[in-house]
Amino acid sequence: MAISPPPQRIWWNLPVARSEIIWVIVAFTWGLVMFSAMVYWHMEGEQNLSNEAYRITPEAFAEKTNAMVEQYQVREESGIPVVHPPPGSDVYLIARLWQWWPIIEFEKGQSYRLHLSSMDWLHGFSLQPVNINLEIHPGYDMVITVTPSESGEFGVICNEFCGIGHHNMIGKIYVTE
Amino acid sequence: MSDFNHRVCPATGLRIHKSAENLIKANAFVSIVFLAVGGLFGLLVALTRWPGVHLLPADWFYLALTAHGLDVLLVWIIFFEIAVMYFASAVLLNSRLATPRWAWAGFVLMIIGAATTNVAVLQGNSSVMFTSYVPMQAAPHFYLGLILFAVGALIGCFVFFGTLVVAKDEKTYKGSIPLVTFGAMVAAIIAVFTIASGAIVLIPTFLWSLGLIGNIDSLMYRTVWWAMGHSSQQINVAAHVSIWYMVAAVVLGARPLSEKVSRGAFLLYILFLQLASAHHLLADPGLSSEWKIFNTSYAMYLAVLGSMIHGMTVPGSIEAAQRARGFTSGLFGWLRNAPWGNPAFSAMFISLVTFGFLGGISGVVMGVEQINLIIHNTIYVPGHFHATVVLGTTLAFMAATYLLIPLIFQRELIMKKVAMWQPYLFGIGVTGISVFMMGAGTLGVPRRHWDISGADSMFKFDFPGAAYLMMGLNGMFAILATLGGIMFVVVVVGSLLFGKRTGDKPLEGLTMTTVAEFGDAEHPKIPGTIVLVGVFFVSFILYYFVNWKYLAEVWPLR
Ligand code: HEM
Ligand SMILES: [Cu+2]
Ligand SMILES: [Cu+2]
Repeated sequence: MAISPPPQRIWWNLPVARSEIIWVIVAFTWGLVMFSAMVYWHMEGEQNLSNEAYRITPEAFAEKTNAMVEQYQVREESGIPVVHPPPGSDVYLIARLWQWWPIIEFEKGQSYRLHLSSMDWLHGFSLQPVNINLEIHPGYDMVITVTPSESGEFGVICNEFCGIGHHNMIGKIYVTE
Repeated sequence: MSDFNHRVCPATGLRIHKSAENLIKANAFVSIVFLAVGGLFGLLVALTRWPGVHLLPADWFYLALTAHGLDVLLVWIIFFEIAVMYFASAVLLNSRLATPRWAWAGFVLMIIGAATTNVAVLQGNSSVMFTSYVPMQAAPHFYLGLILFAVGALIGCFVFFGTLVVAKDEKTYKGSIPLVTFGAMVAAIIAVFTIASGAIVLIPTFLWSLGLIGNIDSLMYRTVWWAMGHSSQQINVAAHVSIWYMVAAVVLGARPLSEKVSRGAFLLYILFLQLASAHHLLADPGLSSEWKIFNTSYAMYLAVLGSMIHGMTVPGSIEAAQRARGFTSGLFGWLRNAPWGNPAFSAMFISLVTFGFLGGISGVVMGVEQINLIIHNTIYVPGHFHATVVLGTTLAFMAATYLLIPLIFQRELIMKKVAMWQPYLFGIGVTGISVFMMGAGTLGVPRRHWDISGADSMFKFDFPGAAYLMMGLNGMFAILATLGGIMFVVVVVGSLLFGKRTGDKPLEGLTMTTVAEFGDAEHPKIPGTIVLVGVFFVSFILYYFVNWKYLAEVWPLR
């Protein structure tokens, strides 16, 4: 029994039942398939993280964001600037207690280099209802190249706990046709 | 043999030493107290996340969630694991426990540590969640309590290793250690690695909270924290898989199909475990994809392979034992005629099935580097781990408790009917919690979040009605789960206080004699298990590819 020493002293030489061997082989092969799938998706799939990231101070990141806002602001909503940067450009989004700043307007089908960083604690970038979720750190400038494939108004929820105002940290992204 | 105070177990003939027995009792009892406390916090959390109820105010919600994670994930599970380790070493090896004094010292440290951290949380300035990610800061004694707790647990591991050595020296058993002890040893080895990682991350964080260290990098913190946090889950898996084997042996006299395969599967846990902390970091900046892919798959899914092997060998050994006892009709006669009225068995079997189907499959899927993008930090994540750590680990520990009560506490269960239904009610409740949190997560609902309606927020986002519905259902099933938990605590505590002493009577419901003496060379007839494993495998493949399809629908990212 499993709660007593193996009855045969030399248990490691005993043959193994066929059904067990087959399952080990099948399960191992399935592991290889799943492993290859991740590699394959990097080559052929459309949704991958570039893992491009730079160290940056919150001040430096804020400065870049401010510069972008000055250049591309088109209007304001509840005191938060809305920017409409040109396709292909570098776009900055600040996460801080407890807001996403600014509001960004993308054009559908165009690509942008979106930079994300936190001014203080960890935050979670959760684009809804698309459902793209990223961990946002202070001190790291995370760059993803996104291509919005649908137009409309999207929510940016914070889904990394960041203190008592965490649930109020909702931002916006627009995608125009 | 140096011997003081022991009795002979009427069921197993094993010599049970008083010192080991008392330590097992103390650790098991304290663990259950914390399960009760932590479980009630869980109910408060779930009722708050039920949009129609929204019970607690925000600050209390985050406090309760922090307390819930700490008390159940750390305190309940680790205290119980210490009891399991002492049982698997001293009792199963027929030995005395090495250095009971140290074991008591560890026990006291763990209690002081758990109490200190709980006090810090209840004081209200440490609602940082059990992960306590920097730069958010808790009160210094929050971290200090965790450190003391970990030191106590480390002492427990060394007492366990010491007992293995004592038993070997004093020749209290013949041949190799039993499979269950081997599994516990795997858990203990992983625990040492885990606690070392914990020290590396928590000691500097403690110093930082005192102002002695200036700054801790948040990415480094998460990387090392999860080297601890993930490995500790592998301890849980090793421990609860050992308990599956143990319950199958004690209740049905099952013996492993092949010692070699089962032990090999346990070894895979040790060899590939620390790699897995990567699956918590898949959506983090600053790590390369090569690193993420290799590590999140634990070097090509070799630790997953270990669990898939146990997923066949545990039910296979049960089937073989049942068939050997004459339950041979059809594919599933052995299963229909299993002792479903014995809570030790039913809890164990529900644990096995739900851990595999719900916890295992969802865990692998969300650990895929790219698929994690659509799951990270949504409430899918708690959905997944309530299937692993509650259905898998907690329910298996409940099964073990139903055996410890007669074997170690020497009491009969009271309220046998309540005990009989308890695993089902708890199992259904937690299955509901898991499934509905996972469902809400696929709709983007965030975890650790007080109000998804955004009522106080400048901007709003409207989650679909289905998300609200599922969070409501989550609350309802949380009530069922809590009832199941209360039944467990009442039966256990009631039995310890008022159960009939079993004395030296043989125990009913326990087989304790090996029924299936088939040699490994023969082909065990386990067609029912093969069908079950086939169903599992097909579900796994389907669910895996469905999620790739979901991923393919989101905005292209490079
Ligand atoms: C009555 C039983 C239980 C209920 C109703 C319950 C319910 C919940 C709910 C609703 C959440 C919150 C999800 C969120 O807002 O992010 C949660 C979190 C959690 N639960 Fe449970 N749970 C129960 C038992 C357990 C047990 C037994 C364990 C561990 C063995 C456990 C471990 C956890 C952990 C680790 C978290 C995460 C805390 C965090 O995000 O910091 N739960 N639970
Ligand atoms: Cu935030
Ligand atoms: Cu947040």
